[in-house]
Amino acid sequence: MFPAPFDYHRPGSVDEALALLTRYGADARVLAGGQSLIPAMRFRLARPAVLVDINALSELSYLREVDGMLAIGAMTRDAALETSALITSKYPLLADTSALVADPVVRQSGTVVGSLCHNDPAGDWGVTALAGRAQIVIRGATGTRTVTIDDFLVDSFTTAVGDGELALEVRFPTPPPRTAGSYQKIERKVGDFATAAAAARITLDANGAIADAGIAIGAAGPHALRVRDAELLLNGAKPTKELIRAAGDAARKLADPAADNRGSVEYKKDMAGVLVARGLIAALARLGVEGLR
Amino acid sequence: MSTTAEPTPDKYSLGQSMKRKEDPRFIRGAGNFLDDIVLPGMLWLSIVHSPYPHARLVKIDKTAALAVPGVVAVLTGEDLAAHNLAWIPTFHGYDKQMILAVGKVLFQYQEVAGVIATSREIAQDAAELVDVEYEPLDPVVNPFQSREDKIILRDDRENKTNHIYHWEVGKRDATDAAIAASDVSIKERVVFQRCHPAPLEPCGIVADMDAATGRLTLYLTSQAPHAHRTVVSLVTGIPEDKIHVISPDLGGGFGNKVPVYPGYVVAAAASVVIGVPVKWIETRTENLTTTGFARDYHMDVEIGATKDGKVTALKVTTVADHGAFDAAADPTKYPAGLFGIVTGSYDFANAFTELDAYFTNKAPGGVAYRCSFRVTEASFAIERGMEILARKLNMDPAELRLKNFVKKEQFPYPSPLGFVYDSGDYHLTLRKALDMIGYDELRKEQAEKRKRGELMGIGISTFTEAVGAGPSKHFDIMGIKMFDSAEIRVHPTGSAILRAGTKSQGQGHETTWAQIAADELGLDPQNIMVEEGDTDTAPYGLGTYASRSTPVAGGAIAMAARKIREKARKIAAHLLEASVDDIEWENHAFHAKGLPGKAITMQEIAFAAYTNPAPDSEPGLEATFYYDPPNLTFPYGAYIAVVDVDPETGFVKVRRFLAIDDCGTVINPMIVEGQIHGGLTEGFAIAFMQEIAFDESGNNLNTNFTEYLVPTSLETPHWETSSTCTPSPHHPIGAKGVGESPNVGSPAAFVNAVMDALAPLGVTHIDMPLTREKVWRACREASTA
Repeated sequence: MFPAPFDYHRPGSVDEALALLTRYGADARVLAGGQSLIPAMRFRLARPAVLVDINALSELSYLREVDGMLAIGAMTRDAALETSALITSKYPLLADTSALVADPVVRQSGTVVGSLCHNDPAGDWGVTALAGRAQIVIRGATGTRTVTIDDFLVDSFTTAVGDGELALEVRFPTPPPRTAGSYQKIERKVGDFATAAAAARITLDANGAIADAGIAIGAAGPHALRVRDAELLLNGAKPTKELIRAAGDAARKLADPAADNRGSVEYKKDMAGVLVARGLIAALARLGVEGLR
Repeated sequence: MSTTAEPTPDKYSLGQSMKRKEDPRFIRGAGNFLDDIVLPGMLWLSIVHSPYPHARLVKIDKTAALAVPGVVAVLTGEDLAAHNLAWIPTFHGYDKQMILAVGKVLFQYQEVAGVIATSREIAQDAAELVDVEYEPLDPVVNPFQSREDKIILRDDRENKTNHIYHWEVGKRDATDAAIAASDVSIKERVVFQRCHPAPLEPCGIVADMDAATGRLTLYLTSQAPHAHRTVVSLVTGIPEDKIHVISPDLGGGFGNKVPVYPGYVVAAAASVVIGVPVKWIETRTENLTTTGFARDYHMDVEIGATKDGKVTALKVTTVADHGAFDAAADPTKYPAGLFGIVTGSYDFANAFTELDAYFTNKAPGGVAYRCSFRVTEASFAIERGMEILARKLNMDPAELRLKNFVKKEQFPYPSPLGFVYDSGDYHLTLRKALDMIGYDELRKEQAEKRKRGELMGIGISTFTEAVGAGPSKHFDIMGIKMFDSAEIRVHPTGSAILRAGTKSQGQGHETTWAQIAADELGLDPQNIMVEEGDTDTAPYGLGTYASRSTPVAGGAIAMAARKIREKARKIAAHLLEASVDDIEWENHAFHAKGLPGKAITMQEIAFAAYTNPAPDSEPGLEATFYYDPPNLTFPYGAYIAVVDVDPETGFVKVRRFLAIDDCGTVINPMIVEGQIHGGLTEGFAIAFMQEIAFDESGNNLNTNFTEYLVPTSLETPHWETSSTCTPSPHHPIGAKGVGESPNVGSPAAFVNAVMDALAPLGVTHIDMPLTREKVWRACREASTA
């Protein structure tokens, strides 16, 4: 298969990109890593009239800590996170995720911000962004705004990025001390979309109770879902097997997956619970809390 | 020039891991595959497919498609009917298949129209504009529904039934009686799901009618170029000398490139009519949805045994789903292929098997996907059955097998279902496998884990295959006997060209064929060029599938080489001034009896054949041999899988897998190991992830590689391999054929291992693919029961 006809632009600056996006509005799609858009175009599921290719904007390729946040630029590839000492040492939740996105070939091209903007219900980064309380920086003709990930994920394949706008970066708060996370995923084979996915982030206080928890699941609704009931259960509580089971059950209850070749609704709901529990156990193990299996 | 150094026997001998001669061009991207072929003035064909699995064809409106600039023609079934090409006979001649739909469509994605245009893109865009009006009909999506005959699918056939044929072999009454009288018996339905060979290169053709010479050249993704030339001639009436089939480099076949597909016929017909080359190459979706699928057998396995574990009788009753046309590529006298191998490696006194095949609204096929015709289905049935019997007897599955194997002194062994197994030592091979994997230790570990509630399983499969079709008294396709052929020409300076009727699709024939000839002739295998796939130059053969190349063409190569060697002996006698009877062949050279120090090499003889021929013989040094094998060959193996099951998610971790294969004489151990690795990976995929499934409305649910899963190196287990060697007594070099053994033998090992892991939960059988959800569900139902 090959795509329907389209026009192609490769801007040399962010301003030029924004001018093109403003000019073409809803007819334009941004091409970053292309790992979702290009296959969709080949199958003619997507038929954008105009592609604005931002691959020349090397100034958007970075991983840097600024003002207590990790900033990931719009052209930063998944593979860059996988091999970054900063990520593997300080951001275990992101390191886990970057190692489980699609397959190694896709990760050479795919971008974190592009995946968030695509907002596939089974995408990986939306789950981690929710658990990690990420923010997205969006620029348009009228200026720059920052939205929380909760507001960013609007519906399947729909985000807060409007016509004429470009998502410039995603920011993750730098984890405070005694914080760890874990990303868990069930897939039929490497490279497949998630059958179920979950991210867990935990900060412990000085007494070993949970000071702050971030829990999210994927492939369980129109987009990644934050499991607020689990977070409420966890916050302020001492980690126990019962607590972890209850957090998993909250995920089971929230999950509203669609049946497909990857599994039935029943199976996917149960896996949401299993993976939340496993994510918590793995995150706590990273903080030295064992014996919760 | 006198050679003082003795020829080193090793240099020419079989059994060396010579690097593959074909690989440099493949690694450099310099292969010549079908899609690399572009001819001047070439047009492109794109096919319009039916969205319905079963519908009446009301109207086809070509207007919009024809209006697209660059569109040359739009062809429908009616157009082909005018040339008597709307239907063609299927391979074994018992049925016919539609090329482009006439009257009805019978499966989703069936070929309805063909658009010919000046570019691939225009053809594909215009195909979207062909306006087809359908009247949907209720579909029949499984053979059990089909056999009720409430909806008759094939109104073109005289018999108004969906039943295609009944086939049986063995003694029904004696088997039934023996099972009824047995101390212990089992009965289980095991389904070998519909799967697909899915070669990475899909199927395609460039048809080139040369109006000046009247010759039709077909570049074709063909595993059997000569057979395809004959089919084209028989169907079209074009004399066979006016048809030239060239099968270029093939990117895998696995049985998928044996049948004749509608795209081939439409492209060829278009080239003949228009007079310019026409190319068609499938998309991945077209390959998965329309071309030859494999398996789809529903098998009821019954085994009777004494209480101490001696098997007494086997009965297997099968319902086969053949799809819309009976297009299975089986030898004429074997509608269910070699399914009679279902008694496997075991000595059954009584056996009976029967099969009924039905039409459904699914794609036609039933090809031998990396197996000798239906041997995989049969092996799966018996190996699952033995495992279930072992559990019922509360007996170790290895012990049950050792107790019931055909013994080595019983060979040649006449099986109750009509085969004569050539050779084997099943006890030796299984014992080696048990020893290598540390079976007793694993069983101890398993017992410990079970105490802790952990699910670990060990699965054994000790299969026997029947490969190398085949002896002319039994085997033909369209009446053509299933011999194969080789032609060897030795050049004056001692290099050679070897041509065979087979066609490599990745098997490494360019290397292994040269190695066979090198060992027979004492010539350097690096300088024996192998050529296949061109019907103008290669001798006639039936092609490569069903592990027949080494058993049949391998025999032909050895025999052709021996003809050359006999002529060379005369030349040696002439050169050594000795009597022919006194010339001995030793260490890949000739010498006169008693004078081994004065040896003469084949290279020297080759030069003499052209410069100083023996007075009583023709100049030159070449031979052709058509080899009609006296029997099939019966490779076998002992495979053991070790798995851990996660009951919370249903994930199965294949911790170890050991494959011990016995394929008789090994030509190139490295190539055999590669074949084993590839086939095990396919078997792993079939066991755990692959299926062409349909919903109740007949929609194909696995139409691309996102949904039809091909494992990557990341999830594929580590393979441990070894071998034993029991040469075939009747094959010229004792070889048996091995490429398909791992695909045939491994699915049962995987499933047996998972069922062994789930045994504490009381789970006896789950049909493949063993997805996480199926395993999870079995664990859950067991824990809530």
